[in-house]
Amino acid sequence: MTVRASDYPPPWSPGDAIQPPSDPVDERIEVGFLIVGAGPAGLAAAIRLGQLAEDHPETAERLGDVPVAVLEKGKAPGSHLLSGAVVNPRGLQRLFAGRKRMDELPFYGAVGAESVLFLTKRKALRIPTPPTMVNDRNYIASLSQLGRFLAEEAESAGATILPETSAEQLLVDGGRVLGVRTGDRGRGRDGEQLGNFEPGSDITARVTILAEGTQGHLTGAALDHFGLRSDNPQVWALGVKEVWKVAKPLDRVIHTMGWPLRPGRRFREFGGSFIYPMGEDMVTVGMVVGLDYTDTELSVHDLLQELKTHPRIRKILEGGERVQWGAKTIPEGGFVALPKRFHAPGLLLSGDGVGLVNVPALKGIHYAIESGRLAAEAAWKTLERGASARTALASYDEALRESFIWRDLREVRNMRQAFGRGFYVGGALAGAMTATKGKFPPGNARTERDAEHKLLSTDRAKSYPVPDGKLTFDKLSSVFASGNRTRDDQPNHIRIQTKVPRELAEMWAHMCPAQVYEVGEADGDGTVQVKLAPSNCVQCGAITAKGGRLTPPEGGSGPEYTLT
Amino acid sequence: MAKVLVFLEHHEGAIAKGSLGVLSKAATLGAEVAGVVIGSEVRGIAASAGDYGAATVWVADDGRLTAPLPQPRVDVLASLVRDEGYDTVLFAQSVLAADVAAGLAARLDAGLNWGLVDLTADGTGKSPALSDTVYVDVGWTSAVKLAIFRSGAFDATSSGGTAEVKDAPVSLEDFSTLAEMVEQAHAEQHGPSIEDADVIVAGGRGLGEPEKFALAEELAQALGGAVAATRAVVDAGWYPYSAQVGQTGKTVSPKLYVALGISGAIQHKVGMQSSNVIVAINKDPNAPIFEFADLGVVGDLHEIVPKLTELVRARRS
Amino acid sequence: MKIAVCVKAVPDAASGRRIDPATNRLDRSGELTISDWDSYPVEEALKLKESTGEGEVVVVSMGPERALDALRKALAMGADRAVLVTDASLEGADLLGTARALAGALEKESPDLVLFGQQSADGGGACLWAAVAERLHRPVVSQVSELIVEGGSISGKRQTEYGYDTIRAPLPAVVAVADSINTPRYPSLKGIMGAKKKPQETLSAGDVGGAEGPGTTVVALNPPPARGEAQKIVDDGAGAEKIIEFLAGKRLV
Repeated sequence: MTVRASDYPPPWSPGDAIQPPSDPVDERIEVGFLIVGAGPAGLAAAIRLGQLAEDHPETAERLGDVPVAVLEKGKAPGSHLLSGAVVNPRGLQRLFAGRKRMDELPFYGAVGAESVLFLTKRKALRIPTPPTMVNDRNYIASLSQLGRFLAEEAESAGATILPETSAEQLLVDGGRVLGVRTGDRGRGRDGEQLGNFEPGSDITARVTILAEGTQGHLTGAALDHFGLRSDNPQVWALGVKEVWKVAKPLDRVIHTMGWPLRPGRRFREFGGSFIYPMGEDMVTVGMVVGLDYTDTELSVHDLLQELKTHPRIRKILEGGERVQWGAKTIPEGGFVALPKRFHAPGLLLSGDGVGLVNVPALKGIHYAIESGRLAAEAAWKTLERGASARTALASYDEALRESFIWRDLREVRNMRQAFGRGFYVGGALAGAMTATKGKFPPGNARTERDAEHKLLSTDRAKSYPVPDGKLTFDKLSSVFASGNRTRDDQPNHIRIQTKVPRELAEMWAHMCPAQVYEVGEADGDGTVQVKLAPSNCVQCGAITAKGGRLTPPEGGSGPEYTLT
Repeated sequence: MAKVLVFLEHHEGAIAKGSLGVLSKAATLGAEVAGVVIGSEVRGIAASAGDYGAATVWVADDGRLTAPLPQPRVDVLASLVRDEGYDTVLFAQSVLAADVAAGLAARLDAGLNWGLVDLTADGTGKSPALSDTVYVDVGWTSAVKLAIFRSGAFDATSSGGTAEVKDAPVSLEDFSTLAEMVEQAHAEQHGPSIEDADVIVAGGRGLGEPEKFALAEELAQALGGAVAATRAVVDAGWYPYSAQVGQTGKTVSPKLYVALGISGAIQHKVGMQSSNVIVAINKDPNAPIFEFADLGVVGDLHEIVPKLTELVRARRS
Repeated sequence: MKIAVCVKAVPDAASGRRIDPATNRLDRSGELTISDWDSYPVEEALKLKESTGEGEVVVVSMGPERALDALRKALAMGADRAVLVTDASLEGADLLGTARALAGALEKESPDLVLFGQQSADGGGACLWAAVAERLHRPVVSQVSELIVEGGSISGKRQTEYGYDTIRAPLPAVVAVADSINTPRYPSLKGIMGAKKKPQETLSAGDVGGAEGPGTTVVALNPPPARGEAQKIVDDGAGAEKIIEFLAGKRLV
């Protein structure tokens, strides 16, 4: 069988998300600076802009009534934020330099002890912590909570946050980004206008900063439209995690490798798990797997459930109760998949949306924050007397290249790709890279699109545990535990071909942690219909990596994370 | 709790079952129990309250009390409480009773607990909260205690007693008669809505195809109930969204919920879990619905439901 | 015409509605949002104002100071002003205390019409409107699924267990609307951005007539009683009969 997801591209093209403004000029909403995404990058940009406005009030006046607007498609800032997370405080320290102390930030404490374990089905072998993963002086956090905190800071700094607002199109005219068009609200399943239909609006600004996170909708369209993509395609991993109330505190940060992932090269199962304490009475456990896997029956959600049955992990969760669940993709291409440029006329690109993630160290939040801060500074320069917008925005690229983000990502640039050659070879290569600080092996490895790998079938699903509702859970009850209560009667926001070979449909059904896809009736020619339940969607983005396209649904839809 | 007064709502010549249930409960609390019937030309139904535990039944009979409007009833009850020294006034949940009880609470500065499913002799009410996930014990600190009981909380039990019927004075405030009934409700022409129905028959994917909703409809009609649907079948276009029960649809708590071909995923469960009695028919023995159905039948609903409908019709005739 | 809409700021469902073990009451320390049920009376008020082309819509609420953020949603939908009664002495107030406070605030406003939503997202079957109407000495009509205001009075279609009544009352009146009355609008972006600039006023307990203790208490919390033995049988051809037997035993047929 030679079925590849990439042979069945979705009925969507980047041009669908780019258009000139359509509202009459006096109905457009004009703001000073527009930020899309209330995540760490977007909020850092908003906070930095607020600081600059406070320091330079006369310049700030030129920004008008709404100097900074932040659009957030989730119900509230934090609703769509999910990560491990162990945060390197560097980004926050630079952002709040002199204005806040570390103990004022919402962390669950500094990292104390840590272990890296290699798991087999029954055993756990402690292995020395790889140097890239040493976490001392880092802090444990819930990104969702951190996001809520940063949002409050941004609002105190003068930003206007607009939740439940999706950014559907990038407004481009004459080669320049003018702003975004927000999504309609109040449409029915067939696109018809319901009683409370509210059309989207054109929002225009001097500079638009995209901070949409992984699989950013407009970011992807902009990279294509302005020809900014790297020659190496971006690749992603899918992370599925749970937050648990536990009976006994966990005393260390744990990362695992090995079981239940398979080391064989043909499976391409790169990833591992993390278990972090969140204070004395909570723990978060998650599984992360690269989406270049080849087995149609691989389900990261079910691998997480399987992981929890390991005696070592079961013990940690014993007597506890699951309180939240979530899923999100992580860009894993690293340095070699970064865009050629991070700006275009009227536009700056930041954070996970452009892949600023250090995979071996599992870090991206402090890079997002730093990139947001740098984007704010570049945007501010457009206000300076005699400034050339082009030079001002180009200064963002320069700043990025001179920052610690660039240094760090460059050093670890080939590690992830090495693991494409299997766990053991990859492990050896990774070791060599670390020892030589990235000088060996020389050059830049290439990435291959996740959707291009040939699919194969094993009986992988047989080993997934049958959910018992106490330790292990099915997908639907997990979607409930994400706080998802998306309005059903709205248009389908997922673009995929719905008549595909059975293997592909099955792959999507297993892949999706929220059970959006189901294998429907066979059409008699080797293909089947794909049935969708779009309101289950937690907008993780996996489908975009594997042959489809996630577009933003009605604002306010999706999960309502609070502890992830 | 020495003297209890029970508000006896009535409709078309008979005291409402819910009110009789509350009266029966009051009679078990070891207090002096009275009922009050308020309306016009209602003397005839007052005496029957004796059979359900009332030692005394007050009758407030006046042309101005004909329409079932709340504020004049507050006036009557307030006078009775003040003149006769009742320390507890009980209501069975209804649109009217809720308004009367709340108005009376404000009139008398009396504490009001509602949504109760039980009351102990020492004056503790039991109130389910947060979608019935927790039961709260509630009490009163005021001199007069008011309580509204959930629909169906108590059965009306006949005790064979007789009541003394007395006339209650009717003295109405000016503002109490400002609202007037222009046209009163008629008996329902069609079946009850999902929100009001005592019985709901719900259909899910197990029905197999949209046409099979006829099975649910016939059973619902036989039981005098309404038809509901799960999100999955509404998504598939088998039934309208207005019938959807669940997290993103309606929340219901009928006396009887019959689930046909429904797996019982939590998104559906949260919309119906506080139903009094849940009966589920599903051919999958591992369906989660069997964990919370009072009676679960593993079998083919296409065989069972038609037979069940027949049996229901036979019993009713 | 001045329309006052009484709304309640409740804990956001996403931050997890839970009971605070220390007070045995709903933990209201998290994020607050306007109760979903209250968007219907706000919408109705806005529609009435739009149909006459003039008037004022004021949202009135009682709660902690941060409830002002939640009230902004009503302002974003189009309400003109927000008034919040906030006072430490009113924390944990029950129906009586809430009715007193709201009535006090409403007396200061002297609206022509007072609207309530059908129930509170966190308190279940509340009937606050009748208590408020009593304190204001004005007529009350509840469960209204259709509302007409003309010639100084309201005509409402009230939904009861027996069907629909049509009730008329002179203004000023208190009306509680059912969620079938309308489909609330989404706030427009301009509305959201303009909400912050609209007048928001706070009143203390003293401003609205003082606070007295509640008339009810919460004694304890218990887990719900088990549903009872969940029976599960396999159909052997007599499944329908067993169901009838079961239902008959529970007096449901």
